[in-house]
Amino acid sequence: MPDLTSRRGLLFGTAAVSAGALLAGCTSNEKEKGSTGSSQQAADDKPGKAVTIGFAGPQADHGWLNAINEQARARAGRYSDVTLDITEGSNDTATQIGQIETLINKKVDVLVILPADGAALTQTGLKAMRANIPVVNLDRVFSSPQAFRCWVGGDNYGMGLNAGHYIGEKLKDTPDAKVVELAGLDNLELTRQRTKGFDDALKNYPNIKKVARQAAEFTVESGQAKMAQLLQAQPKFDALWNHDDDQGVGALRAIDQAGRKGFLMVGGAGALSAFEAIKADDGVLKATVLYPPTMAASAIDLARALGQGKGVAGLAEFEIPSQVTAYSAVVDKSNVDQYMPVGFD
Amino acid sequence: MTHPVSPPAGGVPPASGAEKQAPPAESRRTAPPAVFARLDVRTLSLLGVLAALVVAGCVTRPEAFWDVDNLRLVLTQASVIGVVTVGMTFVIAAGGIDLSVGAVVALSSVWATTVATQEFGFTGVLFTAVVVGLGCGLVNGALIAYGAMVPFIATLAMLASARGLALLITEGRTQRVTVEGVLDLGGREAYVLGVPPLVLVFAAVTVAGWLLLNRTTFGRRTVAVGGNAEAARLAGIDVRRQRLYLYLLSGLCCGIAAFMLVVLSGSGQNTNGNLYELDAIAAAIIGGTLLSGGRGTIVGSVLGVLIFTTITNIFALNNAQSDVQQIAKGAIIVAAVLVQSRTVRNELT
Repeated sequence: MPDLTSRRGLLFGTAAVSAGALLAGCTSNEKEKGSTGSSQQAADDKPGKAVTIGFAGPQADHGWLNAINEQARARAGRYSDVTLDITEGSNDTATQIGQIETLINKKVDVLVILPADGAALTQTGLKAMRANIPVVNLDRVFSSPQAFRCWVGGDNYGMGLNAGHYIGEKLKDTPDAKVVELAGLDNLELTRQRTKGFDDALKNYPNIKKVARQAAEFTVESGQAKMAQLLQAQPKFDALWNHDDDQGVGALRAIDQAGRKGFLMVGGAGALSAFEAIKADDGVLKATVLYPPTMAASAIDLARALGQGKGVAGLAEFEIPSQVTAYSAVVDKSNVDQYMPVGFD
Repeated sequence: MTHPVSPPAGGVPPASGAEKQAPPAESRRTAPPAVFARLDVRTLSLLGVLAALVVAGCVTRPEAFWDVDNLRLVLTQASVIGVVTVGMTFVIAAGGIDLSVGAVVALSSVWATTVATQEFGFTGVLFTAVVVGLGCGLVNGALIAYGAMVPFIATLAMLASARGLALLITEGRTQRVTVEGVLDLGGREAYVLGVPPLVLVFAAVTVAGWLLLNRTTFGRRTVAVGGNAEAARLAGIDVRRQRLYLYLLSGLCCGIAAFMLVVLSGSGQNTNGNLYELDAIAAAIIGGTLLSGGRGTIVGSVLGVLIFTTITNIFALNNAQSDVQQIAKGAIIVAAVLVQSRTVRNELT
């Protein structure tokens, strides 16, 4: 115990001394260095050193991926010191490797890579890093941490967790509540993580039971087909979590066609159509859990800071972090207006 | 290269072009009874498989499966791929293959749901879907019939380019339908005597396809070309023109299916019709259409589609997950084909 207190004492002591030093620094440097109070150089909107960012993503065959490209472009356009070299997206591993190697040969300052397949492109990430081009790995993670300087991505487990908690809070007073899950493509690891998070959250609510789960394929067509079957299989349930708003368009169509009401639906990803439905509040869709495409804009910001050798405003470190996980916020009627501009179609 | 189905091929020679209805009807009447018996056995064994599935559904989820709404659901889910399969049956019966059906459905559905198309309302959407389907079929047919390309390659090329064009149009976005008439057609209010309109279209296409294959010169020529193209040519059939027509027909079916899919899902997306080519080919083959050509059965194809849809339905009702579904689906395909070939062999010996 005394050991602990002394350690705590040491901790507080250090903190006090640092605070004092910080204060002292503030007063003494006020004239010379401005108001930051530390020597950290955070990237801000003011133009700095020119940075060329190479961006390689998969084929934008899904609303979310399309939004990723748009977010990256728009963010880069905001900075006069950033030149964005964006490739024609491809789902073919060989093609994407070729595109990234071209960017390496062009000697871009920083690479932002959203790999079609993280494992398959790890070697290419390593190659770029060895060529002294730092890589910002977007969302689909490389299999080696040596292949990127910084990873920015979404939180699939958190998505399920937040969806589960939202539904749990809404149904906690309903005895024997039944919940149904319309999952995404089962071949993908992310689908399993989302389901795991959802199940873990529901464990906190003993009155809620997940009675059915079917996997669609992130497409409208599969969403309609699988939801129609789920509705037939479950004549009565209280809540539905759908992993993806794109397939949700089909799911809502099936719900409409079956004339079903009387349950709460939560979506996923954050499509504009879902936001509009939540705002209108005239159907079963009451909320959606984000998988924010704005992470592409953040990746551009981080790449720019990396290229300029700066840290991130709001964080104390001199460098950008090595990992950033975007939060999967729940958007419902109370906050939907705020998110409307980032909804994708 | 002699195929067991010589009677239809033999019935073709008088096809100098003018007479269309009379000779087929006559030769049908004189056809050996063995042909009927064999067709019946095939169909019966398929019906047996379907009946077994129905029993399985009734045992596992009686209240959810044995239900008018569920019957409507199964038939509706079968309707889109069913129409594609009818077209595919003709192509395969003539010894060809059409790998582009899924991509053509995607392209048609996407083209039919652009903002520009939707301005023309219901007719605009329907017209565009059908014409785009026909257009793709025309390109396929021209390449194969007059460009002497192998069907596998020509339609594979169409698969790639149609999907690419669909992606180019949508830019990965989901195109939502706003035309009321189109949306309403997929709702409960549109039922005709309790039957969803999509199911009626499926039924109409099936009947038309059956008549075309079994009761017209066109159908006899199709089977003749598939049985032995050279013999068919010597018998006076314009084989190339026939092939062109067949891919046009498949394109037409894809166009109709695309419109149905737009009605069903209320949207157009470049991912539509994913793997339809495999589903349609599998249903046709299970139904009894010969992959090498020379024999085609619309009834069998439709039963094949219904078997697949019923399997999916039973799995979903029992909350089976994707992994189990896929394994069991493979096993059931093998079992269905084994049962079928066994019964047919027993009948023949």
